[in-house]
Amino acid sequence: MIDIQDQDAEIALVEQVVAAREARVPLVIRGGGSKDFYGNPVGADRQLDCSAHRGILDYEPTELAITMRAGTPLAGVEALLAEHGQQFPFEPPHFGAAATIGGMVAAGLSGPRRPYAASVRDAVLGVRLLNGQGQVLSFGGRVMKNVAGYDLSRLMAGSLGVLGVLLAVSLKVAPQPVGRMTLVQEQSPETALGLMRRWARRSLPITATAWLDGRLYVRICGSEAGLAEAHAIVQGLPLADADDFWHDLREQRLSFFTGDGPLWRLSVPPATAAAELAGEQLVEWGGALRWLRSDRPAEDIRAWAKAAGGHATLFRAISAERLEGGVFAPLEPVVMRLHRHLKQAFDPAGLFNPGRMYPWL
Amino acid sequence: MARIPDERPLNPKPEVIDAIGRLLPAEAVLTTPAELAPYECDGLTAFAQRPMVVVLPETVEQVQAVLRLCSAQGVPVVARGAGTGLSGGALPLADGVLLSLAKFNRILAIDADNRTARVQPGVRNLAISEAAASCGLYYAPDPSSQIACSIGGNVAENSGGVHCLKYGLTVHNILKLKLVSIDGELFEVGADALDAPGLDLLALMTGSEGMLAIIVEVTVKLLPKAERAQALLAAFDKVEQAGAAVAQIIASGITPAGLEMMDNPAIRAAEAFVHAGYPVDAAAILICEVDGFNAEVSYEVMRVRELLLAAGASDVRTARDDSERLIFWKGRKAAFPAVGRISPDYYCMDGTIPRRELPTVLNRIAELSAQYGLRVANVFHAGDGNLHPLILYDANVPGELDKAEDLGGEILELCVKVGGTVTGEHGVGVEKLNQMCVQFNSAELAQMHAVKAAFDPHGLLNPGKAVPTLHRCAEFGAMHVHHGQLKFPDLPRF
Repeated sequence: MIDIQDQDAEIALVEQVVAAREARVPLVIRGGGSKDFYGNPVGADRQLDCSAHRGILDYEPTELAITMRAGTPLAGVEALLAEHGQQFPFEPPHFGAAATIGGMVAAGLSGPRRPYAASVRDAVLGVRLLNGQGQVLSFGGRVMKNVAGYDLSRLMAGSLGVLGVLLAVSLKVAPQPVGRMTLVQEQSPETALGLMRRWARRSLPITATAWLDGRLYVRICGSEAGLAEAHAIVQGLPLADADDFWHDLREQRLSFFTGDGPLWRLSVPPATAAAELAGEQLVEWGGALRWLRSDRPAEDIRAWAKAAGGHATLFRAISAERLEGGVFAPLEPVVMRLHRHLKQAFDPAGLFNPGRMYPWL
Repeated sequence: MARIPDERPLNPKPEVIDAIGRLLPAEAVLTTPAELAPYECDGLTAFAQRPMVVVLPETVEQVQAVLRLCSAQGVPVVARGAGTGLSGGALPLADGVLLSLAKFNRILAIDADNRTARVQPGVRNLAISEAAASCGLYYAPDPSSQIACSIGGNVAENSGGVHCLKYGLTVHNILKLKLVSIDGELFEVGADALDAPGLDLLALMTGSEGMLAIIVEVTVKLLPKAERAQALLAAFDKVEQAGAAVAQIIASGITPAGLEMMDNPAIRAAEAFVHAGYPVDAAAILICEVDGFNAEVSYEVMRVRELLLAAGASDVRTARDDSERLIFWKGRKAAFPAVGRISPDYYCMDGTIPRRELPTVLNRIAELSAQYGLRVANVFHAGDGNLHPLILYDANVPGELDKAEDLGGEILELCVKVGGTVTGEHGVGVEKLNQMCVQFNSAELAQMHAVKAAFDPHGLLNPGKAVPTLHRCAEFGAMHVHHGQLKFPDLPRF
């Protein structure tokens, strides 16, 4: 059980931002450094270390919400939730033992359960934010039904720290399922996609799917009777140590993810046909997420994803050459302009993570 | 409280009507008093203002042309879907264009394999589910106005509904929007995939009350229809017990599809109207619905029944079949018109509180009700803490509307005080501008204004709505201190 220490470092963080503003020195916002690999290189040397700002501010299981300081270790929070039979509905990847809540929300990465439950962004109820003027602002709250003002708290999910420093976050939590089982069957990618497509049109208790190496994995949850009924429909053989499989998938420790070659993340409509792109593929999210190991030129991969109605991210690459325009798919001109204006609205001096999302932001 | 709370100096430019007339066919431009009258208010009928002109474009190009013109001429624009909103978000401006999206009423495509529907903003919420039914799919968010409200309005307000406890708000059920900026530029946010690159502008646009851009197309997620749904109706002698039952159900790990509470005044009004068999002596009733996979529903119904009884329910009924399930819901769904039967007027409030605060809040509402001399019936989305106090009044009695609004204001401030929010699903519009001053401080409001300026630097899209000016908050703060001693003059603010 990881000890969640209670430390309020807000004043120090505000002081550092104010000092950076005065000195016109940009900052790299960092929690545990677990997501350092993700995104583009930041044009800043001075670090704003948020890991000292930690602690649970409010947690009542029957409210289905938890509020924490952003530097709180993710592992500690998940352990606390598990003690009460609860979990984050979006099953977040950690990518490192020191992962923090703030980094999790700022990176906006969700795990295997995402399409069957919620994304990180969906689960955000409220944030306490430190903006580029050194102001501490609270948006949203601790309740789900909340439409007072613009949804600036959900805007922070996936914002990669370019708008402000997360000081605290309120997130929706979900009950852990009564029981669970993972079923495996050998299928071609096309058949697997077809099965996932058909199952998604029924109210089946599926909470994760993955296809790799000729095998389709399906996690179902529920009571004993529910699992039996779902098993009969989905079919396949129960997988031993299934939790380890989903954990290794989520943390990208399966052999598919190892090695130095580029790893592409393709986010597409789930019924998209299997990609005819040279390279190994792994399918998740009922077909809505495709991982690709490929040396194909970025333009080809991006073009395929765009034609399918989605987008492609260079998720990991060990390469001296940086992709022109950055690892994330390019934006249309009007949307680019809105990004610049929003950046101005929160961080007019360009202090926070310059370049992390796009080289021009 | 002023009837027309807009602080902007009026700057009518009637010449723009002719210019609009050259962009659109004659029948799409309404100018006579009789033509304008139906648009002078939305569902918040206490506020009315005739617009300068109403336009009803049919194509995206027409919307773009109108916005370009208004932008060039500095004419404000208020968008309107079905006009069912309860916070005055579509209240027109005397010198503004009322841009109706009512003619954007086509369902463009239903993609059963990807479980999405691409629709125009004027399409009715329920019409989406009706169109998707033959594929065994439906659109989940179900605000009680769903037979009439538009999906564009739902996006603008981030609408909820009884089933949002399990299925989420509008923001959780849409994938993509096509929008036109105040400069007339067409752009998209979101994607046909589950995420999009860059900042989450889809989340930002949802609930932005027509202030950032005009929605011209919505791609919604469709869900498979639940295999089975089952409902329970439980009576309680004490509100605290009902509240505890809700907490126990949530703590047990079950996520009901719906979990609603009604207090005694609401129960009596509903029963007198629809005769659903509600226990009229109960302090509170809970209606709990579970849906989904057949075997799971059986398990959950049994579990919920046990929990309701353990919490002290004096009676628990399980619907024997689907028609009885619908009868359980009949009274709850008719709560508002039922209350309308027993009072000349009623004012529907909307706030959210942490669930554990419910007994405290209901007790305090009862005290305030006695203090103000106005009856209040309470309907509560118990699962997510969203409370709808219904304040009964008679607008023909001088001063009673003001009293009802003051009582409503105090209830909303109480919601904030116990850690909740001033609006759970109806939006801020014009109705809750003052309460926004209580929920947010001036730096937070300034940040919201800065976000607005990123999209609409000249403040032409729905000005005066949703986010109060700092000036207004300063005034409200001063009046609030002297509440009871200072009358609110019907003077233009400046």
